[in-house]
Amino acid sequence: MTPQLAIFFVLAALAVLGALNLIIQRHPIHSALSLIVVMIALAGLYLLMGSEFVAAVQIIVYGGAIMVLFVFVIMLLNAGVEERTNVSKLAGVAGIPLAVALLGFLAAAIARSNESAQTGLQSGTLANTKEISTMLFKDFVYPFELTSFLILVAILGAIVLAQREKN
Amino acid sequence: MVPTSYYLILSAVLFGLGVVAFVFKRNVITIFMSIELMLNAVNLAFVAFSQARHQSDGQVFVLFVIVVAAAEAAVGLGIIILTARNRQSLNVERVDLLKL
Repeated sequence: MTPQLAIFFVLAALAVLGALNLIIQRHPIHSALSLIVVMIALAGLYLLMGSEFVAAVQIIVYGGAIMVLFVFVIMLLNAGVEERTNVSKLAGVAGIPLAVALLGFLAAAIARSNESAQTGLQSGTLANTKEISTMLFKDFVYPFELTSFLILVAILGAIVLAQREKN
Repeated sequence: MVPTSYYLILSAVLFGLGVVAFVFKRNVITIFMSIELMLNAVNLAFVAFSQARHQSDGQVFVLFVIVVAAAEAAVGLGIIILTARNRQSLNVERVDLLKL
């Protein structure tokens, strides 16, 4: 087993265990912390694949900004342990088989496309960040500008939604 | 040297766990977090394909996905704060005014 494969399995196990812990934990703050573990593990996988820019963005934006926002809202609303009802049992009965079926379909699709299974990933084959930035500002410049507009609208929406109504 | 299919299988497993969490959890915030988990799984598949085909398009798309996720988190958490203030609860089953 090569060291890359060993690192992959450690990080993949960390990500899957974090996702399982997100489901098992009843308190939202514990779920949020396990989601942070998943995101850090995914950042490590991106580094392993040799895309260091995406890894940095993953840690800064996802692990930093978005999860801090989640934890902040959980603290702000003083969210407690979630309650179980009959509907959640129904969700379990219907949801688990559906999720297993979805996973089966995905696994079948991956198994059928044998061409992707043969080629391995060498890490660091692309001169990554430079190439991404050229592509972002040449080929994808209009979508890039659109995302800035999207963020502006999201800021406005968040302010309008969260402000207290004055009488 | 890790085969691309390993990354794709991990991505599928994480997406499936995200779906399970989405169906199972009753707390609005945790349901929202499971959506983020699914977006992360898709990002992993994007980067794996991008590296396997030696094209950077996938990583640019990942950047866009992260931007949309950030915008979604801002607006969605605003909505969650609003409903929590009006309903005094974070349970999704309490938010049923549209039901008959």
